[in-house]
Amino acid sequence: MSLLELRDLRVTYRSERGDVPAVRGVSLTIERGQTVGLAGESGCGKSTIAGAVLRLLPKGTLVEGSILFDGEDVYEMTPGRLRAVRWSGAAIVFQGALHSLNPVRRVGSQIEEAIMLHSADLGLDRSQARRRVGELLERVGLRVDRARSYPHQMSGGQRQRVLIALALACEPDLLIADEPTTALDVMVQAQVLALLADLQADRGLALLFITHDLSVLNSVCERLMVMYAGRVVEEGPSRELFADPRHPYGRALSQAFPTIGDRASRMHPTGLPGDPPDPAALPSGCAFHPRCDVAIDECSALDVALRDVNAGHRAACVHVEPPNKRVTNKSVTS
Amino acid sequence: MSDVTSGPASEPVVDPAPGDHPPIAYSPRAAAWARRRASFAQLARSVRSDRIAFGGLVVLVLFIVMAVAAPLISSRSGLSAVDSVGNLAWARPSWEFPMGTDHLGRSVAAQFVWGARVSLFVGFAATVLTVGIGSFVGIVAGFFGGWTDSVMMRLTDWFLVIPFLPLAIVLATVLDRSLWNIVFVIGVTTWPATARLVRAQVLTVKQRLYVDRARALGASRTHIVGRHILPNVAPLILANVTLAVPISILTETTLAFLGLADPNQTSWGKTLEEAFGAGAISRNAWWYYLPAGLGIVAVVLAFTLFGRALEEILDPRLRKRSRGQR
Amino acid sequence: MSDLLRLRDVHVTFPGGSKSTVVRAVDGVDLAVAAGEVLALVGESGCGKTTLIRSILGLEPIASGSVEFDGEPVTGSRRALRDLRRRVQMIFQDPSGALNPRQTIYEAVAEGIRIHGVPGREVDLVADALSRAGLRPAERYMSRYPHEVSGGQRQRVLIAGAMVLQPQLLLADEPVASLDASIRGEILALMRSLVDDTGISIVAVTHDLGLAWNIADRIAVMYLGRIVEIGGAEEVLADPQHPYTKALLSVVPEADRMEQQILVGETPDPAAIPGGCRFHPRCPVVASGEAERLGILDQCLGVDPALVDTAPDRAVACHLTVTRGG
Repeated sequence: MSLLELRDLRVTYRSERGDVPAVRGVSLTIERGQTVGLAGESGCGKSTIAGAVLRLLPKGTLVEGSILFDGEDVYEMTPGRLRAVRWSGAAIVFQGALHSLNPVRRVGSQIEEAIMLHSADLGLDRSQARRRVGELLERVGLRVDRARSYPHQMSGGQRQRVLIALALACEPDLLIADEPTTALDVMVQAQVLALLADLQADRGLALLFITHDLSVLNSVCERLMVMYAGRVVEEGPSRELFADPRHPYGRALSQAFPTIGDRASRMHPTGLPGDPPDPAALPSGCAFHPRCDVAIDECSALDVALRDVNAGHRAACVHVEPPNKRVTNKSVTS
Repeated sequence: MSDVTSGPASEPVVDPAPGDHPPIAYSPRAAAWARRRASFAQLARSVRSDRIAFGGLVVLVLFIVMAVAAPLISSRSGLSAVDSVGNLAWARPSWEFPMGTDHLGRSVAAQFVWGARVSLFVGFAATVLTVGIGSFVGIVAGFFGGWTDSVMMRLTDWFLVIPFLPLAIVLATVLDRSLWNIVFVIGVTTWPATARLVRAQVLTVKQRLYVDRARALGASRTHIVGRHILPNVAPLILANVTLAVPISILTETTLAFLGLADPNQTSWGKTLEEAFGAGAISRNAWWYYLPAGLGIVAVVLAFTLFGRALEEILDPRLRKRSRGQR
Repeated sequence: MSDLLRLRDVHVTFPGGSKSTVVRAVDGVDLAVAAGEVLALVGESGCGKTTLIRSILGLEPIASGSVEFDGEPVTGSRRALRDLRRRVQMIFQDPSGALNPRQTIYEAVAEGIRIHGVPGREVDLVADALSRAGLRPAERYMSRYPHEVSGGQRQRVLIAGAMVLQPQLLLADEPVASLDASIRGEILALMRSLVDDTGISIVAVTHDLGLAWNIADRIAVMYLGRIVEIGGAEEVLADPQHPYTKALLSVVPEADRMEQQILVGETPDPAAIPGGCRFHPRCPVVASGEAERLGILDQCLGVDPALVDTAPDRAVACHLTVTRGG
């Protein structure tokens, strides 16, 4: 049984302007100990998925399809069971560490709070919880005395580590990291990524890593999914997807941050025209077609489902020929 | 990371080369006015849709109209004790005297209408003083910082601790009791609160990146204050005004109740003072003190509700979020 | 070709948390930028790169050292700064924060024109600037507000606002850091095309080495207020000489070719700069014992290395490189 399974998840926000479809049919599975990356930009729905898994979406949001955590439907859980699952089953490391921590409380007490909320399940009393806070801080590479600091006294990288420690407080099986390194310097980012890889190996933690930087995902995750306008447009093993993306958007994302030393990108920055679409006003047919350089007439009318490129690698593009139908001998790097 | 609000996706447009287009008919001034009209219309719509705010506004307008039209509604002679000698004192409300008469036979209704004038006038006048001085000090202190800020803030603190009551008593003794004294007392003791509020907002706006950009563009200080600071502080000041008026009215009521107001002017506070002094409560002459009391409550409540709603409308962050996409 | 911009031994300091601490944000920088070239100023948070470019425009006061623009020294006088701010422009990291939410896009772009009294019909100048920045047709954007367009479009507005003054030098503070990944390339391409079309010079501050690879002619690496390596972008990125540059390159996610050297600890505080070589507490060469083996450990701990030329257009501030003969 998979640890996390999303089956045709659809999330629609309700607003004065009308219904906004943020996620339009996403299916994914994460097994225990697996690392999966979710790549995409603003408005693609990836943060919505993170919130949906733990039922953290605003009241009134319409959620269709199912989210199964360890076989249980999250949206059918009783409030008591949900509270137990939140944080000790799956935990989230949020984006924007500065705003995710309470600025008027010491970081140690915030981690302690998380532990105490689950004290019954963990069987810890307050002094044991305190000791655990110290252990967690050490595990993420901070000095134990940092527990007495306030968030504003710490640097961005340190705050991100606190958030990771906070997420690990109740020993979850799944860690959802939503843009954890986006605002950080490249060196600090490397430190945090190394830490995540370490924790993952150490504890058999499953990891869902959400970001817009495809190259970061390549170094951390086994499998990748690229999202655009609420749909998964490409998925597959990260090395293969990164080396040979088949969806035009996947290609654009992988080229967005150049490989230093690659002559093709020297003095030649490449990007996509236009902007990521507003979920409230999506283009017809394939949502990507207005920005696509290989779009054909069909694309404005036809929305393509994910097609197999080869084993495990799928892309939702009209140009992807299913393997058994392919007549040309385009070689696929595997 | 990047912001959530992506605007309408720009479709790749086939466009003429730059410099190739026909002369553009765009008037920035006309556009600015059009936008101002549109945002005012939107403001009006928001107020209308918020029942509480609209109710508050309606009540206020009614009272203001009543106060302004006082000479048309009720004759001044109704206030004069001399002219009221022939009336029955302590009369209950009747057709002739809709709110009854007081201990001297004067029409309570006349006192209500004319009293509204004074109460509202003092409220507005004192607020003009308060907000005028407070905003000026707040903006100057906040924008210039350094010594200017320190000096102005010390001045503010000095005025902040002046208790309004002893000041009113002293002034009433030294100068004759008059309306302007009351306005002065209220203004002088309330402006520090506004000054601090405005200064805090100016400090916040000063930090904003667009102020930096204006400096980088070469803007003078006047330009920055006029184009960037003021427009972003104005909504706060406006909201402050709508909340300062009821405070001033209440303060005037208090001072009048304590006998520090102009004896020749009727105000709601004065009415209450006289009613109290004449023993209206023990005589159960509710028609004497209830109108003034309820009038004050109504006006203050209306201002407060309207002011709060206005604040919410003008500052989008205070608005309740019905949905969030992140 | 004479340099457009010359910085000589520039120091910028801030008062620290306590009385005795001084934050040495920029601690002695010599820099030259030629006309028509793109220089990437690379480093992590706290290295002083943003402070440095802000100080060029006078947004931060320079404690000591000199700035020369187009052959003439820049005094701190208001007139001199105003003139400078016509010829040197800046674009900011946060396009949303850098635009006043109450100004239309037209007004944001026209602001510079109005401040400096640029001759010509304002509407045409604005339209032209918007078109050149990729916002076409310009009329469609003029009456919009910043929140009505996307992040990438806001950055284009800022670029238009800067370019409308036809500056000779553009300072870009993390121009694409807060934008979506797919937009990044477009904005960088726009910046590069500005250089090709108008001969403008650009100093781009960033922590993203890929940006340097994409658009920079030269690159300068900063650490704790000093430049530690400078040279042609391709040369430095292909063959870094300073240990810090090497470490930075090794952790860039796409760089599989190098073994990762993740430095320990946070970027240290500019309020407490280590003695000797300021990088020595984190330097892998020191940590691995190689410095000791080569006999330069004493120097690393005690002597602050100067920026020394190792090739015609290449300089490094490191005892190791100097020892090895560059």
